[in-house]
Amino acid sequence: MTVFLIIVVVALLGVTFWQMSKILKLSKPAHHDSSQIANDKDNSTQGYLMLGFVIFLYILMFYSFWNWGDLYLPEAASAHGGDYDTLMFISIALIMFVQVITQFLLYFFAYKYRGEKGKKALFYADNDKLEFIWTIIPVIVLAGLIIYGLFTWSEIMNIEEDEDAMVVELYAYQFGWKARYSGEDNTLGKANVRFIEGVNVLGIDESDSYAMDDKITTELHLPVDKPVLFKFRSQDVLHSAYFPFFRAQMNVVPGMITQFSFTPTITSDEMRNSKFMVEKVEELNEIRREKSKELVANGDVALDPYEFDYYLLCNKICGISHFNMQMKIVVEEEEDFKEWIGEQATFGEGVEKQKEQQVTSNN
Amino acid sequence: MSATATATAAHDHHDHGDHGHHHKETFITKYIFSQDHKMIAKQFLITGLVMGTIGILMSILFRIQLAWPEESSWVFELFLGDKYATDGVMNPDAYLALVTIHGTIMVFFVLTAGLSGTFSNLLIPLQIGARDMASGFMNMLSYWIFFISSVIMLSSLFVESGPASAGWTIYPPLSALPEAIPGSGTGMTLWLVSMALFIAQSLMGSLNYIVTVINLRTEGMSMTRLPLTIWALFVTAIIGVVSFPVLLSAALMLIMDRSFGTSFFLSDIYIKGEVLAHQGGSPVLFEHLFWFLGHPEVYIVLLPALGITSEVIATNSRKPIFGYRAMVASILAIAFLSTIVWGHHMFVSGMNPFLGSVFTFTTLLIAIPSAVKAFNYITTLWKGNLQMNPGMLFSIGLVSTFITGGLTGIILGDSTLDINVHDTYFVVAHFHLVMGISALYGLFAGVYHWFPKMFGRMMNKNLGYVHFWITAIGAYGVFFPMHFIGMAGLPRRYYTNTNFPYFDDLADVNVLITVFAIITALVQLVFIYNFIHSIFYGRRATQNPWKANTLEWTTPVEHIHGNWPGKIPSVYRWSYDYSKLNKDETDYVIAGQDYIPQTVPLQENEEELNH
Repeated sequence: MTVFLIIVVVALLGVTFWQMSKILKLSKPAHHDSSQIANDKDNSTQGYLMLGFVIFLYILMFYSFWNWGDLYLPEAASAHGGDYDTLMFISIALIMFVQVITQFLLYFFAYKYRGEKGKKALFYADNDKLEFIWTIIPVIVLAGLIIYGLFTWSEIMNIEEDEDAMVVELYAYQFGWKARYSGEDNTLGKANVRFIEGVNVLGIDESDSYAMDDKITTELHLPVDKPVLFKFRSQDVLHSAYFPFFRAQMNVVPGMITQFSFTPTITSDEMRNSKFMVEKVEELNEIRREKSKELVANGDVALDPYEFDYYLLCNKICGISHFNMQMKIVVEEEEDFKEWIGEQATFGEGVEKQKEQQVTSNN
Repeated sequence: MSATATATAAHDHHDHGDHGHHHKETFITKYIFSQDHKMIAKQFLITGLVMGTIGILMSILFRIQLAWPEESSWVFELFLGDKYATDGVMNPDAYLALVTIHGTIMVFFVLTAGLSGTFSNLLIPLQIGARDMASGFMNMLSYWIFFISSVIMLSSLFVESGPASAGWTIYPPLSALPEAIPGSGTGMTLWLVSMALFIAQSLMGSLNYIVTVINLRTEGMSMTRLPLTIWALFVTAIIGVVSFPVLLSAALMLIMDRSFGTSFFLSDIYIKGEVLAHQGGSPVLFEHLFWFLGHPEVYIVLLPALGITSEVIATNSRKPIFGYRAMVASILAIAFLSTIVWGHHMFVSGMNPFLGSVFTFTTLLIAIPSAVKAFNYITTLWKGNLQMNPGMLFSIGLVSTFITGGLTGIILGDSTLDINVHDTYFVVAHFHLVMGISALYGLFAGVYHWFPKMFGRMMNKNLGYVHFWITAIGAYGVFFPMHFIGMAGLPRRYYTNTNFPYFDDLADVNVLITVFAIITALVQLVFIYNFIHSIFYGRRATQNPWKANTLEWTTPVEHIHGNWPGKIPSVYRWSYDYSKLNKDETDYVIAGQDYIPQTVPLQENEEELNH
């Protein structure tokens, strides 16, 4: 019924517009310019609108930076993240500089040189010097950016194998994450999805002696200021391990192991109590309270207040629940980490337990 | 010299061919299976616009979901039905299907076929002085294969398991395994069949365009006298021929992986409690193959728009385009570089970081010719006598969005910076501005400018102004704020962001974006109304309404098969002699007329310039 009504309303609106356009057409004086080609009046109106538009664009840009500039992520929580942010801010500053100038020139010229009957345009077809200037300037600026970028890139991506980084496997599946710590030997046991069975959900090779002390967890805990080497493995489709707070990301590809290494530098506690985060969380909870009022009024459950934690999310479309494939990350002091990891069961213990259970159930 | 010789030969040939053009035409040969390039152009345009309407409608649907997540709406009930919107709430699989098909339709069916297909067909023969395409039959075939491909793509929306929903980039294994996502069943098969046909039609079209430009130029139309539209369309066709076959091979391999048990892209997969037999393939290989087309595709979409803009801006500024040779050189440079930058989509794909460095280098290089083009457009406006026709407004708008969107490319093209904004809304904002909106503006500029040529009537300028200004405000309103939610680390292709309380403060921005998107989409109805109304009731066009120099305006308003009633005109100059003064600088070369059509021989009172 609603659909039918809407169709009727739209049809009536259409008829109205049609009739209005007829009336407008009939009411036009006979000498009216109906060539549909811009005349001096149009040129002038549109010229002013061009000027108006560049002002709109400036206001929009200013408003966006003013209002949403603080949506940018908090201070990077990893060792390389600082370099990343510096490069980002330099690039944004440069871009906005060029943006402000070129957009001004474009729309200002459109306004200033709006057409008039009898005005002569300047026949100006070529100027090699000018062409050279605006070829060479981008060349120099971009060369600087490229060099800076590449140094940072190779620093981030080149992983020294002999470094004493803690090796952790991140295992992705539809739709969740598991972490596998390599244990005392700091070496991950071999694994392949073909070994998946029962308690061995990650497909670890039980015959590999490196495997027995591996620890599988559902939360990712990291000791602060210790380099971590992540090895990524996927069970099914492409995923992407995205650590926004650490300025780190790597795709997780079935059939191969990808890697990324970084050193977390700010503990979860420190981040939670930083000025930025305290204000942010306050604001978020204000929004959540408002929303909860609405929810409760509709008989739904209110939202829990939010407390900040680092998180890992999936950033490569991976299926229906792609939007909720996350893992909590805890960065903590080394002793806290040791305590936590000590409480986790090793893979070997898990296998033993399963065998025992099988024996009991067989008896 | 040889170019001139060929042109003369072609010219002769066409004089003989005249007799063939007067046979009687039936409704079917004239409007349906037409071999006339002008009719085929219209067919491409109208099909493209229909597809565009569907694509934009889809984007509005998922924007509503993003702004008001999981809320019930009659809009969803109306368009998605109970299956995809249970109780009026959009399902996650419907969301993914919508973003996938929106991307596919907009990139391929609207901006490739609708833009390049329309204007290559319309302009190449008309602007180079040819009676038709080299092969009219192949041209017809190209359109009808495109039509079938569109029908198949749309039919995939109605299959039981839903249309393809692995993203328009269809990365395997997600796209290869129906177990991974329902859309990878029949929907994906139809997607692949449709795309294979699409590629076939694109190749037929492109080969035709290339051959036509090389062989059928009229006497005097040397390559350096070609309008920039033709340069752009010609180079676009070459890029298409180079890169589309690679996508076809990727699609074929994916079909084999899906149906015939090969393992090009699949390895070590455990899904739904079972290990698959596939072993040894690599999804990264698919990414390479996909982006070997995917990135040049950006320029396949963009170059025709830039070509159209060059022509429209020069004509309406009453000035020659600034730096014709630099413009041609940058088109060529962009074309070359576009084929060696694909890896910047894959910085964090797990490929060797050294490759990342190489692709950063080539990617930032492409900013140079792009910058040259932008500066040249601005300089063309300088000291012009700007005629603010709707086509001109859209061209200026294109330069604006091309700059805004292009600049953020400097961030994304830098492998380091890409790490944290990869696959976030920052990317979505970037490419929508630089290729989506810019190319659409190019399409609109072309339609407003060449409407008189296509339909013999004028479009209403006031409706054109309304269309432009609301679109311009809306497009920036949608995509400028989107950068900021990307910077906040919000991933794209998320059905809802409510599972991350950290994103709660982005909800307002998302509402704002959606409101702008709805307004912008609605104002396109003004364009559609103007388009349809003007076809039938628009004011009759004069032969050369914009006082342009190019050859298409020397043909009669009424379409005839063969374009020119008599001999094909010869060309004596480039197409940009606007406001050229005589030797004494007392008046224009032709007194009282600020343009010199290409068919006018060199006058005694003018200086010959070398461009």
